[in-house]
Amino acid sequence: MQSDLLQINALTVTLEDQTPLLNGIDLTVKKGEVHVLMGPNGAGKSTLGNVLMGHPDYRVRAGSIRFDGQDVTLLSTEKRAKLGMFFSFQNPEEVSGITLENFLRTAKSSITGIEENVFIFNLKLKKIMESLHMDPLYAYRHLNVGFSGGEKKKSEIVQLLALDPRLAILDETDSGLDVDAVRIVSQGIRQFHTPENSLLIITHNTKILESIPVDRVHILVKGSIVASGDVSLIKTIEEEGFAPFVGMGGEVDES
Amino acid sequence: MKAEKTRFDEMDLSRYDFINEDEPAFRVEKGLNETVVRTISKEKDEPSWMLEHRLRSLKTFYKVPLPVWGPNLDELNLDEIITYSRPDSGMNESWESVPEGIRDAFDRLGIPEAEKEFLGGVGAQFDSEVVYHKVRKEVAGQGVIYCDMRTALREHEALVKKHFMRLVPPSDHTFAALHGALWSGGSFVHVPKGVKVSIPLQSYFRLNAEGAGQFEHTLIILEPGADLHFIEGCSAPRYSVINLHAGCVELFVGEGARLRYSTVENWSKNMMNLNTKRARVEKNGSIEWVSGSFGSHISMLYPSSLLVGEGAHSEFTGISFAGKGQILDTGTKVIHSSAHTTSSVNTKSIAKNGGHCITRSEVIITKAALHSKATISCESLMLDSESRSDTIPAMDIRSEDADIGHEARIGRISDKAIFYLMSRGLSEGEAKELIVRGFAEPIAKALPMEYAVEMNTLIKMEMEGSIG
Repeated sequence: MQSDLLQINALTVTLEDQTPLLNGIDLTVKKGEVHVLMGPNGAGKSTLGNVLMGHPDYRVRAGSIRFDGQDVTLLSTEKRAKLGMFFSFQNPEEVSGITLENFLRTAKSSITGIEENVFIFNLKLKKIMESLHMDPLYAYRHLNVGFSGGEKKKSEIVQLLALDPRLAILDETDSGLDVDAVRIVSQGIRQFHTPENSLLIITHNTKILESIPVDRVHILVKGSIVASGDVSLIKTIEEEGFAPFVGMGGEVDES
Repeated sequence: MKAEKTRFDEMDLSRYDFINEDEPAFRVEKGLNETVVRTISKEKDEPSWMLEHRLRSLKTFYKVPLPVWGPNLDELNLDEIITYSRPDSGMNESWESVPEGIRDAFDRLGIPEAEKEFLGGVGAQFDSEVVYHKVRKEVAGQGVIYCDMRTALREHEALVKKHFMRLVPPSDHTFAALHGALWSGGSFVHVPKGVKVSIPLQSYFRLNAEGAGQFEHTLIILEPGADLHFIEGCSAPRYSVINLHAGCVELFVGEGARLRYSTVENWSKNMMNLNTKRARVEKNGSIEWVSGSFGSHISMLYPSSLLVGEGAHSEFTGISFAGKGQILDTGTKVIHSSAHTTSSVNTKSIAKNGGHCITRSEVIITKAALHSKATISCESLMLDSESRSDTIPAMDIRSEDADIGHEARIGRISDKAIFYLMSRGLSEGEAKELIVRGFAEPIAKALPMEYAVEMNTLIKMEMEGSIG
């Protein structure tokens, strides 16, 4: 279908040593949609996010990932980013020797193939940071080095907005944040969300979803999606936890 | 990386690897013997004390065994080395009068251009002799002497005789003895009392001849209160046979004087770089070593500081980058022999493609060195599992109240960081280069800007070589 942005078909993933992680995942995100992936600890949510971005530790044993009609299952991480996929990390790395600004400008130029104008890029970046209540001086500090947990998460959202991809996969971007920071991050997410841009939000916490228009919710248990539904699923989880779904797990066991 | 474009980026990346075909005017036969030593001395028309020094050094050389520690030096066969090769050029004070072929070589290395832009004086050595030496009028006007060693020996004999190989005596080790017997070329600097030289001086050493040795001697004397930044550069084209570099650097830093000695070394990968550098620092004087080792097949290089005066200070900032077939055994040694002396050592090493980095740091605090302070930090990064990094710290503390800090870190390049950077659209090569550059950044910051850019270019070249 034309408007499918991300199509995951029967995706089965293991570690190199065959340890099973994901089992026959089917999930389709259309352009402009917001999907939420929830599930108990260890279900494989972060794994799925990493696999979508092409993490080298994971092996796709069956199935495929398509992005905007193109099969990206075997594509390098760099090329996926260039196509417009973005992954926000749960624990963003600290990289010294390059400032956040220089890094983002380099990355943006690399993605678009057009050298970014330093002056204009800096102005844009400053605007983005101010909109997220982040001190613009952080742009001139080394990438995430010495940033607090909250600043690192904000830095991820700054990167999302600056690189302007088409699909954002957010891996617990809200975890470990105080109420104000959660609100700012969720505002950043709304800023990113357009009829063309889609999100796959991995979270434990329903707080961040309050002000975001969620289209679909998927419950991942033991490497399989055991339930998918509309936003009302969130309410079920809020009231009953994951217990009603846990028994529904697939063939992947945790041993 | 699409970093800011610089003139270094636009240069041919093989800019060090070209051979000048000009025949030398004179060269000695291969190998080492008394006749060779006498021939060199005669060629140079030296005072007799220097010939005696050479002959004594040769005797010492035969007595002192090769170091029993460090990399294996079996590949070095002195019988195959041409120890003196004089280019077909005298000493010149303008580039126009340097023979075209040699001038072209230095043009390609960017020396005359750098001279115009940011240097106060330049020396350029080709094989065994210096072919160009010039110091800016305003620097010369301050009373600064900057010339080649041959001229120094002729015009400032007393000063040379007083200092020559007093810090590094020929008996120190095999290659000091070899140097004492065979030395030729190098630069001499004398900065008078209280004179501050605001722009750096640079000597560049190019070894062009195949199977040759270079034994230049650099002697720098800073009178009390003087201030100087001296830059040393070196390179050579690549040959399939072993070349030898056994230079010697002696730095005398007077009371309250400050000397910064920066080196970006990019010898070709058939070079045995067995160089000795030493500084003696008087009361409240300061030596700052900045040392970048990128080239050579095998290096053994440990610039040392003798802090002899109260309050003397030494700072060593070093980086080495060993790739395939390279063993870079580098580091530093500091001897605190007076009270209130301070030193800091900060090294980074990077090994890739089976390269081997060894970092030695030795700090000695004598009984007399009361209230002295030393900090050492050594970091290593290995880019793959075939590469090797060793960090060998040694501390000999004989004073009760010394304040010592030591930190060593050896790590592999983080796969997580690479994945993180790639997820933002960088290629694997760009991501690795960025991480290595970040690791090297504190050292790059210590270099003059032009050299920081050159160092980044070298890292880029090395990284491109390592990624298929």
